[in-house]
Amino acid sequence: MRYIRPLSIEDAVGELAKAVGPAAILAGGSDLLVRMKGGFVDPELIVDIKRIGGLSDVTETAEGFRIGAAVPCAVLGENKALKQAWPGVVEAANLIGSKQVQGRCTITGNLCNASPAADSVPAMVAAGARAVVVGPSGKRTIAVEAVPTGPGRTSLAKGEIIEAILLDKRPPHAGDAYLRFIPRTEMDIAVVSAGVNLTLDDKGAIRSARVALGAAAPTVLLVEEAGQVLVGSKLDEDTLERLAKICSGACRPIDDKRGTIEFRRKVAGVLARRAAAIAYKRAGGK
Amino acid sequence: MNFDPRFSGRKFASVGTRPIRPDGIDKVTGRARYGADFNMAGQLVGRVLRSPHAHAVIKSIDTSKAEKLAGVKAVITAKDLPDLTDGDAAMFDILDNCMARKKALYDGHAVAAVAAIDARIARQALKLIEVEYEVLPHVTDVDEAAHHHAPLINDQVFTEGLEEKPVKPSNITKRTQFGHGDVHKGFAEADFVVERSFKTEQTHQGYIEPHACVASVNPDGTADLWVCTQGHFVYRQHCAQLLGLEASKLRVTSSEIGGGFGGKTHVWAEPVALALSRKAGRPVKLVMTRDEVFRASGPTSATSIDVRIGAKKDGTITAAEATLRYSCGPYAGSWAEIGAMTAFACYKLENVKTVGFEVLVNRPKTAAYRAPSAPMAAFAVESAIDELAHEIGMDAVDFRIKNAAQEGTRASYGPVYGPIGIGPTLEAVKHHPHMKAPLKANQGRGMACGFWFNFGGQTCTDLNIGMDGSVSLAVGTVDVGGSRASLSLVAAEELGIDYSHVKAIVADTSSLGYNDMTDGSRGTFSSSMATISAARNAIKILRERAAQMWDIPVDDVTWEKGHAIAKGEKYGNLSPLSLKEIAAKSGTTGGPIAGHSELVADGAGVSFATHICDIEVDPETGSTRVIRYTVVQDAGKAVHPTYVEGQYQGGAAQGIGWALNEEYIYGKDGRLQNAGFLDYRIPVCSDLPMIDTQILEIPNPNHPYGVRGVGETSIVPPLAAIANAVSNAVGVRMTHIPMSPPRILAALDAEREG
Amino acid sequence: MAGVAVSTTINGDAVEYLCQPDETLLEVLRDRLGLTGAKEGCGTGDCGACSVIVDGRLVCSCLVLGAEAEGRKIETIEGMAHGDQLHPLQQKFLEHAALQCGVCTPGFLIAAKDLLAKNPSPTEEEIRFGLAGNLCRCTGYDKIVRAVQDAANVMKGA
Repeated sequence: MRYIRPLSIEDAVGELAKAVGPAAILAGGSDLLVRMKGGFVDPELIVDIKRIGGLSDVTETAEGFRIGAAVPCAVLGENKALKQAWPGVVEAANLIGSKQVQGRCTITGNLCNASPAADSVPAMVAAGARAVVVGPSGKRTIAVEAVPTGPGRTSLAKGEIIEAILLDKRPPHAGDAYLRFIPRTEMDIAVVSAGVNLTLDDKGAIRSARVALGAAAPTVLLVEEAGQVLVGSKLDEDTLERLAKICSGACRPIDDKRGTIEFRRKVAGVLARRAAAIAYKRAGGK
Repeated sequence: MNFDPRFSGRKFASVGTRPIRPDGIDKVTGRARYGADFNMAGQLVGRVLRSPHAHAVIKSIDTSKAEKLAGVKAVITAKDLPDLTDGDAAMFDILDNCMARKKALYDGHAVAAVAAIDARIARQALKLIEVEYEVLPHVTDVDEAAHHHAPLINDQVFTEGLEEKPVKPSNITKRTQFGHGDVHKGFAEADFVVERSFKTEQTHQGYIEPHACVASVNPDGTADLWVCTQGHFVYRQHCAQLLGLEASKLRVTSSEIGGGFGGKTHVWAEPVALALSRKAGRPVKLVMTRDEVFRASGPTSATSIDVRIGAKKDGTITAAEATLRYSCGPYAGSWAEIGAMTAFACYKLENVKTVGFEVLVNRPKTAAYRAPSAPMAAFAVESAIDELAHEIGMDAVDFRIKNAAQEGTRASYGPVYGPIGIGPTLEAVKHHPHMKAPLKANQGRGMACGFWFNFGGQTCTDLNIGMDGSVSLAVGTVDVGGSRASLSLVAAEELGIDYSHVKAIVADTSSLGYNDMTDGSRGTFSSSMATISAARNAIKILRERAAQMWDIPVDDVTWEKGHAIAKGEKYGNLSPLSLKEIAAKSGTTGGPIAGHSELVADGAGVSFATHICDIEVDPETGSTRVIRYTVVQDAGKAVHPTYVEGQYQGGAAQGIGWALNEEYIYGKDGRLQNAGFLDYRIPVCSDLPMIDTQILEIPNPNHPYGVRGVGETSIVPPLAAIANAVSNAVGVRMTHIPMSPPRILAALDAEREG
Repeated sequence: MAGVAVSTTINGDAVEYLCQPDETLLEVLRDRLGLTGAKEGCGTGDCGACSVIVDGRLVCSCLVLGAEAEGRKIETIEGMAHGDQLHPLQQKFLEHAALQCGVCTPGFLIAAKDLLAKNPSPTEEEIRFGLAGNLCRCTGYDKIVRAVQDAANVMKGA
């Protein structure tokens, strides 16, 4: 096993592309080290990306935010501007693990680990976040929902790394929220979760909406119908009922040690309603 | 040694105060050494290979490839642990559990082990061991296992305790029965009867420190074992027997222990580590991973309990009956028996009958967990009691007060009670501000009672007085939660000196006589009795020395407030001699001054508790939040009140986790799915509120200070208190522990649809 | 496997070691450097008993590779007291009996130290959520929270 600490993204890509045997990218390591310890992965090469310039920065530009792949979630929580613009994404990121895990984990790592229950992913998907992928054949930018293809699997090719997550600048009257269900108050993997992102017109009616569900299918579910049912409404009780029903129906969950199909379906609807209400309030709706 | 009649009016100088514990500094600075913090020169790393099957015949084990791997110094299987148990069935079960001999009986059962120069090589070596299994059908559920169609775990098991001796083997090893009176008659007299069945899932003690030891066996038959344990004398005895060593030649040193709660009263890995060391000729350090702790140490029983209670409309219980099925893992145990004994212990009953069935399942061997078997029985009984009170229209507390056991009551498990605390705890709860606090929407309040026997047992202590007047106290009961502080207080009290001059340590097995383990809430109780006895022996000698120094008869010397006093007017010119002054001269008056005591601490004194709990339930998700929790428990005499409070709070917290979230989850394949702290969910800091405690003191007449054990009773009421709170919050009787959100939501949905 | 040479700072002291690429910082601290204050309760970041502070960030040392410590500043429980002067948190844990078996205590002290450094006046809820990554099985957390509250007051000079 080799451990390397490249200083440039090109070096990292090069090492990954030519690696013989399993190679792993190390940012926070909160998934990688657990999988190594559990014997699920035995990498021959570990590429620590934390020294690569730019990857540990959160930059705000005219277009929005660029979150480097090595930025720990705790740092996101300390970024006032990001919290102001995207409270849902930040609160989702800050729910991963514990304070100790927060000091290490990254939303990029969370995305690429491709667990169906990843906390930051439904919020990122609802937010329309994009991933900047760098590989041997160059750079491309894709919607984050295009990254996970199944539990533990991504669409990234050999040698490709995500170097940043992009979030757009917020228009006025916009708000997002993320809620998850866990049996304790902290520490648990989400049993089911919902991320909702809304923009309102200046009369308080919903102009655009994205609703994503987590831990309800092999990958995060962007529920288009749920978003559509919200558009034009002011989140009245009837709309919320329909939202819940659509979300419950859209789930393709499993029975496992964390929850049953029935429980996940039911609670997905409840969380979608509650997250929508919070997002609406954050967007200035009443 | 009995109750000191001067007790009740006595004012204590040290006992009952709250000094800082003597071992505290090492623990807050990281200097304290636990099981895995010790190393021996040349030590190897031990790792265990475990069965991935819940039930399988081990057809063959080929260790040759592992043995050839460079860096591997020993590989062992059951062949390296010959059967020296000489017909002792309990010891044989321990041996087989440490290393499977013919069959793997649960997912995680040890089948082989290696010792290598580092962890990486040890892990690689495990992968090279080839085991041929013949997988058999398995059964992990207690009710399924009790069924006569269930796969048989041990075809030599014929249920004991049945009227007719069975002809077919079964997974039920034993039936036991307790009670008195005539329950048929009693039920006939009842105006109201509640009959319910309850289930509780298997839980683990959840100590944060995994099992760890360093074992070193020498060619001459001597050996050393450093280990985190609740009973180093018991470990010495068991390991010596299983390995064919002489007990006196095996020195076991107990490290600081990072939690036990009953789970570190049995050997799992230690005989394996010793066997590896013996074969390798070098010390072996064996530390269990968290995964192994869950899969292969000793969780508590899963249970299935039927309860039936009848009462007259004035609230008098006329009959109480319970049938209790407890899982034992794959080896015989007496877990249901204890449940059957404790189930109705809080009540004064004319007609009571409890029957317990021990059931074998393909799960790890059940071990004790803090008041073992009592919490589950209390859950069933206290839930039914609540329901019965409600049916009659009586307040839950008043109903219990009316039926509470008292001094002179014949307990449902046999003995007649002396002075006990159940009535006082109920009265205290009745008037506690918690009961009057307002409840908000979706909140429910529940209360419940609990009982535990407490144990005495064999205990030795040595008390040595240094020439500078400072006192060393060596005890043999492992300190799991601060007992060194309590015992130092007791020694200081008896000798009449300041606590700061006493230093208590836990001695190793070569330095003291046999001590039973720290379980059964006996640590402070028995070691304090032995400490008092040892101190009084030392005081005899101190008086003799003073008499010598004064040249007067020893009968004219008394001991008061840390000084020898010459009693009588003729000695008016003799000023008192302090312990320090007598000690300073000890070298010329006869040598070092000491007192020691070896006794069986009798008369442990049962202890009772009543808890109150407020729970909020989210009716849309079944999520629960503990809003408020109060523990009222009788301690007899609280030697160090802060540590008594700590026991109350700790037991309550474990009970809360058990009631709401903790359970072993097995798949259809018989494998444990949640062998880690991520999915075996113990309470985290944000899950709990402050836990209020009220210590009552109804003295135990069998202890010189009235001390009762306190460590266990507080885990007995929470399952029921919380179930009653949730049931009151959602309006549905909860019968399955843990009351995880899916179970609560399902119960709510059934109620809405039904 | 080729060892990785690491130069780092632990509790203010310059430290060098050689470790395997897959060795965790926890393993390095305990098995190579004799700093056994950080404990392995689970090895997977679920219990916090191995908590240390790396460059001012609270982390589980079981989730950090020994190799990653290069050039970083690490604080462990062994560095919390100054000579014979206990840190107020350590003192308050003793006074409030916020430990029974004590195995989780080093992790809690480090986590509480980090909590108070970032939030000197935490509410009870903030303390509880801030310490949710540290499991205790003995105390039920009541006395731990009280000790942290008391220490916070002392450290503010209240």
